[in-house]
Amino acid sequence: MSSHIQRMPAPIRLRELIRTIRTARTQAEEREMIQKECAAIRSSFREEDNTYRCRNVAKLLYMHMLGYPAHFGQLECLKLIASQKFTDKRIGYLGAMLLLDERQDVHLLMTNCIKNDLNHSTQYVQGLALCTLGCMGSSEMCRDLAGEVEKLLKTSNSYLRKKAALCAVHVIRKVPELMEMFLPATKNLLNEKNHGVLHTSVVLLTEMCERSPDMLAHFRKLVPQLVRILKNLIMSGYSPEHDVSGISDPFLQVRILRLLRILGRNDDDSSEAMNDILAQVATNTETSKNVGNAILYETVLTIMDIKSESGLRVLAINILGRFLLNNDKNIRYVALTSLLKTVQTDHNAVQRHRSTIVDCLKDLDVSIKRRAMELSFALVNGNNIRGMMKELLYFLDSCEPEFKADCASGIFLAAEKYAPSKRWHIDTIMRVLTTAGSYVRDDAVPNLIQLITNSVEMHAYTVQRLYKAILGDYSQQPLVQVAAWCIGEYGDLLVSGQCEEEEPIQVTEDEVLDILESVLISNMSTSVTRGYALTAIMKLSTRFTCTVNRIKKVVSIYGSSIDVELQQRAVEYNALFKKYDHMRSALLERMPVMEKVTTNGPTEIVQTNGETEPAPLETKPPPSGPQPTSQANDLLDLLGGNDITPVIPTAPTSKPASAGGELLDLLGDINLTGAPAAAPAPASVPQVAQPPFLLDGLSSQPLFNDITTGIPSITAYSKNGLKIEFTFERSNTNPSVTVITIQASNSTELDMTDFVFQAAVPKTFQLQLLSPSSSVVPAFNTGTITQVIKVLNPQKQQLRMRIKLTYNHKGSAMQDLAEVNNFPPQSWQ
Amino acid sequence: MIRFILIQNRAGKTRLAKWYMQFDDDEKQKLIEEVHAVVTVQDAKHTNFVKFRNFKIIYRRYAGLYFCICVDVNDNNLAYLEAIHNFVEVLNEYFHNVCELDLVFNFYKVYTVVDEMFLAGEIRETSPTKVLKQLLMLQSLE
Repeated sequence: MSSHIQRMPAPIRLRELIRTIRTARTQAEEREMIQKECAAIRSSFREEDNTYRCRNVAKLLYMHMLGYPAHFGQLECLKLIASQKFTDKRIGYLGAMLLLDERQDVHLLMTNCIKNDLNHSTQYVQGLALCTLGCMGSSEMCRDLAGEVEKLLKTSNSYLRKKAALCAVHVIRKVPELMEMFLPATKNLLNEKNHGVLHTSVVLLTEMCERSPDMLAHFRKLVPQLVRILKNLIMSGYSPEHDVSGISDPFLQVRILRLLRILGRNDDDSSEAMNDILAQVATNTETSKNVGNAILYETVLTIMDIKSESGLRVLAINILGRFLLNNDKNIRYVALTSLLKTVQTDHNAVQRHRSTIVDCLKDLDVSIKRRAMELSFALVNGNNIRGMMKELLYFLDSCEPEFKADCASGIFLAAEKYAPSKRWHIDTIMRVLTTAGSYVRDDAVPNLIQLITNSVEMHAYTVQRLYKAILGDYSQQPLVQVAAWCIGEYGDLLVSGQCEEEEPIQVTEDEVLDILESVLISNMSTSVTRGYALTAIMKLSTRFTCTVNRIKKVVSIYGSSIDVELQQRAVEYNALFKKYDHMRSALLERMPVMEKVTTNGPTEIVQTNGETEPAPLETKPPPSGPQPTSQANDLLDLLGGNDITPVIPTAPTSKPASAGGELLDLLGDINLTGAPAAAPAPASVPQVAQPPFLLDGLSSQPLFNDITTGIPSITAYSKNGLKIEFTFERSNTNPSVTVITIQASNSTELDMTDFVFQAAVPKTFQLQLLSPSSSVVPAFNTGTITQVIKVLNPQKQQLRMRIKLTYNHKGSAMQDLAEVNNFPPQSWQ
Repeated sequence: MIRFILIQNRAGKTRLAKWYMQFDDDEKQKLIEEVHAVVTVQDAKHTNFVKFRNFKIIYRRYAGLYFCICVDVNDNNLAYLEAIHNFVEVLNEYFHNVCELDLVFNFYKVYTVVDEMFLAGEIRETSPTKVLKQLLMLQSLE
């Protein structure tokens, strides 16, 4: 280190630096240069050199722009601001705006400088100060300096007034309470001739009106003046200074329109005052260039927002319709966005442009397509459903994957609301499933299944089409799930070739099983799909005649499947084959028509139909009671009365009572775990947690250890030699539960065979029937049938029951109904 | 209101970044990268408007430079498109057939132009003649 310190050479000029940095060929080289220069700058700052400070800071700012840290220059910026030289100040303020922000305490040091500069003799310095304050002034700074800004707002210098106005906007944004302060200065703002001042004044007024309803009310009186200004703008001839493509000061026009919008909102008088000028702007503006369209767009927005008369609104929508035909995609985009907002309120007017909107589905830009799709769904109604659906299905085929899920859901919704015929509906669903099957949402599958179930006359057609669809390709999970379910249910229709709507195909039972087995084996099938397939195979065991053994084999194979779900099902189906074969046919009976469930529209689709008033999507009220089924549920028919209902659990989408009165349809309420013959779809069924009574084997287990003695037993029924006695037990643990044990005895000389006991209780109760000890009541009272009923009575109401008995006696079928009213109070209180 | 103005070249180098909102340095860097990614993906068949976080970006490409303005969602797209063009025309006049290098070597002057035309997130002066007059005055002070 030499003893005398050399004076550092003058720092290189900005241009030099830039040129040097640009010669760097790699990132590393550039970094090195920058570091070197930064070091030089740092030492220069330490030397407190005034001459070159400006140059150094400028270089620093350049390096900052390239992305390198430059915070060590912050204080230097402040020193520059304090300098008297204009160039220094300029770079200093620029540096402040780039390097400083509210979060550094350093910035507060600027306040005093700015204050002085706001009062500087040179307007350009004042301008610099205003600019900086307006861009990055913190709340504290704003509070301190608001007075100065306000003063400058009233100056006659238009250059400064413009800046002051926008600076005031910034102040108001930062510290809303200061708004009042600027009120007096605004009095004369609109009297300006200078466009720039006018423009910024309008901005200031807009900001104040947006923030404060009081200001808004106060400024409403300006509407006539604004209208006049706008009129002058349009009518006046060529003004070279503010002309853009032949339109005078479009920016000012746009801003005035925006302010008018805010003032006219919800106010009849103001809206009326604006009507004429809006119509004038709408009709007179040149539309060949983007500029004109910008003004028209703002006009349309204003018309839609204020309380305009209907003629004006139609005019606005027609403008939007014209926009849709424009070559410029920006304008089409903007039009679609606005139409989407207005389709609710001006539905009919928008309908007129439907075909243009549908054409936009074929546009190349993704955002335009999306808006066109949403708008199309909003415009679908009963009249145009066929045509629209054709277009939408075509769109579904060809659109990007990101749209497919939403489009599919939208199509389902629209189809459900407006389907002209069931066949059309099924066809549409099929089309969606086959073209976009893998994008269909999971919850659509149960909805579809329910829909298919309800179209009773279409079952054969549906299953045939579904079968054909998955023959070729079973990779689309939702499609396969629906198909598997249908084949399971309606397989008999499939093989019998019963289709009316279409040419019936010849399918053998083996072929059907082939396809289901391939689904089971395929790698592409998810666990859920496999579950569907297995269940379907099982159901076919009662519908097919020749292939039962094959089914048995398949089911037993899966008894050792790794997939737990499949394994459980297979094991239980095996059990059905072996031990409970007598129940199999009833368990796997055809499903009755299901209750309508609320359709879930997962996408945010604007819901209107144009036929009635637009209303939000009405959710169908959840079913209030059990469904009346078309296949006669004997007990329901018999019982008829409103207050007594057969026992079915109250979960809405739950298992319907199985058809046919033979089997205890009350079994329907006992959840057969794993045997989904009673469950429409595993995914959506709420798991009713009830213990699996059926498979527990025979009943008559004493369920409660605490037998409260003393409840007298009753004779519930005694006729034709058949006597039924009820004995009661109450649980100490759950006081709402009563356990009734029935004993049926036969005093005649012949046995009663195929004895079936059924019971029903009023709605407020819940009943569980366990399996009987046998189905034969031996003659001469030599034995009894015992059966256990559990009654849940949470409301402690009086217990009543209707019972139905069927049996064979003396070679003929007997049936009887009775009501049991003589329950002892202790059994239910 | 305008949230920020960016001029970037195709490679992603920032030629101008004017912020009308508070951001950290790292946030700024991230935003710059995000904007670059979003804007360079678009081509002629896309519109000039892109959704960006909870704002939107109006952009226009001039030769190798992307001029991006980030605005609130309910602002008039077409008007800001005009504003960009206005700005570029002023630059063109001021630098006499502006090219990217002009913006590089005179970056502080570009900021001045921006500050003459925009302030506090709003358009301030729209007349190119007036702006140019001011700029020349300022230049004479240097």
